[in-house]
Amino acid sequence: MIEGVSIYEILTLTTTVFFIGVYGFVTRKNLMAMLISIELILNSAAINFVVVNKYLFPAKMDGDIFSIFIIAIAAGETALALAIIINLYRLIMSVKTKDLETMKH
Amino acid sequence: MNWNQILLMRNEIVLTLIILLVLVSDLIVKDNRKKIISNIAIGLFVIHMLIGFIPMPEGSLFGGMYRTNHLIFGFKIILNVGVLLILLQSASWLHDKLQDTTKIGEFYIILFSSLLGIYFMVSSGHFLILYMGLELSVLPISALAAYEVYNRKSSEAAIKLILSAAISSGVFLFGISILYAVSGSLYFDDILGKLPISYFSVMGLVFFFSGLAFKISLVPFHLWTADVYEGAPTPVSNYLSVISKAGAVFILMVLLFITMNTLHDIWIYLVYGITVLTMFIGNFFALRQENMKRFLAFSSVAQAGFILMAMVSANQAGVSSVVYFMAIYIFSNIGAFGVVEAISMKTGKENMKDYAGLYRTNPKLSLVLMLSLFSLAGIPPVAGFFGKFFLYTAAAGQGFYVLVFIAVVNVTISLYYYLKVIREAFLRTSDTPIAYFKSDNYMKVSLAIVAVILLVIGLYSPFYDYIYSVSNIVNF
Repeated sequence: MIEGVSIYEILTLTTTVFFIGVYGFVTRKNLMAMLISIELILNSAAINFVVVNKYLFPAKMDGDIFSIFIIAIAAGETALALAIIINLYRLIMSVKTKDLETMKH
Repeated sequence: MNWNQILLMRNEIVLTLIILLVLVSDLIVKDNRKKIISNIAIGLFVIHMLIGFIPMPEGSLFGGMYRTNHLIFGFKIILNVGVLLILLQSASWLHDKLQDTTKIGEFYIILFSSLLGIYFMVSSGHFLILYMGLELSVLPISALAAYEVYNRKSSEAAIKLILSAAISSGVFLFGISILYAVSGSLYFDDILGKLPISYFSVMGLVFFFSGLAFKISLVPFHLWTADVYEGAPTPVSNYLSVISKAGAVFILMVLLFITMNTLHDIWIYLVYGITVLTMFIGNFFALRQENMKRFLAFSSVAQAGFILMAMVSANQAGVSSVVYFMAIYIFSNIGAFGVVEAISMKTGKENMKDYAGLYRTNPKLSLVLMLSLFSLAGIPPVAGFFGKFFLYTAAAGQGFYVLVFIAVVNVTISLYYYLKVIREAFLRTSDTPIAYFKSDNYMKVSLAIVAVILLVIGLYSPFYDYIYSVSNIVNF
């Protein structure tokens, strides 16, 4: 628990970060930037877990443990997405979404 | 915890052993004889499926994090049979289509890992296990979507799948974190009855619901479905459209009906609205598709709407009708995808127009296609009709007559496009029809099993009775 900072401020922060991530995911035209936006979303959720655990339910460690799992799985997810992007880059020499679309009806 | 308790995780343990065995045999077998791995993997999976039929007690493990009951036990059997059929259908693709046959083993390992994730998801009793299961089920399958590494469409499908899966799990996690803040626990049993109707918990519910709606491809979140199904290899789209969707539907149902029953008055509107949207948009987009895989993608979106319709009832009839319909939907869709796959494997044709005159050249194949599409449309002698019938009964039993009426309108719309394919195959003639061909034995066995199941399962009433008797998980 941080002195002088209430849970409302931190939750406002994480919610803002979450929606910045969603906005970025929707508007970015680059696959890497989309991945970064997803990281923002996952991290905001992880911070939420830690904060809720620390401020509201300090008796058990449910939230802390959950946030560790989120970080680990997010790393795996990013690695897989990067592998797919690299494979795509070999095929089309670009990571821009506008060069990506062939299936659209 | 003793040996008997650990055996409650029998499905997961045996499947993990199979993954390890396939991995080891992949190391031992020489590169030019890799095709034998298909036989090993399918043989092991048949054993696994047979073990799955042995009765099992109810119970929970790890302080309630993992739990199993008779409904979950039955549901896993249905999943096993479905995955076995998909494995049989994928053998010819693996053997003949891929340039690099040294990677055959990987396919089975990754597919089994994804199934393991769905097992954990289905029998989770804690949000952590649910999240891990969800990720374990979706990440391997997006790797499989990129399995044809030199195919541009395959990579495009994979990147679309992984990005939408990642953002959906992010939204899902944010929802869980809010539910955790409201209720103070992550165990489903502890949350029970602790969610008050407040803005905060409704926000958590909406985020959580949209995260799972991505996996089920309900309407505002269905945009990835058609592209991924079209681009990914057909066995992978088949798996995505039935097994992944079934797992997500099951756990969504359990959570809405039991864990979040205090929010029932709120989520009923959510489910109602999304059902109507999903049915209409799925059907109208399916009308204008020419590619068979895109067509089946939108048809599966519309079917998800029908499944969601029964969820408004939130009682025992709702649970049993959803599980029963899921079982029938799994087999119908596997049949339809199997025929599409058999044809595209031999001729490379995937468009609806190419199917003209199919009945004259390949009568058996077109009969299986007809049975599965009739089942998806819900025409009486085949199983799909009974599935749809129980869905209507479940919704009408709680007085949602308007919703049932909308669903019936949608079934009528869907009949048009299912019959359009059947008309191409049976009534139209073509100068260049698909020539007569023979599929390999695996494919034949799989399609024969699907046809038999579709004819028998609807008329064999003990099947529904069994599902109804084990669906007593809802009590409110």
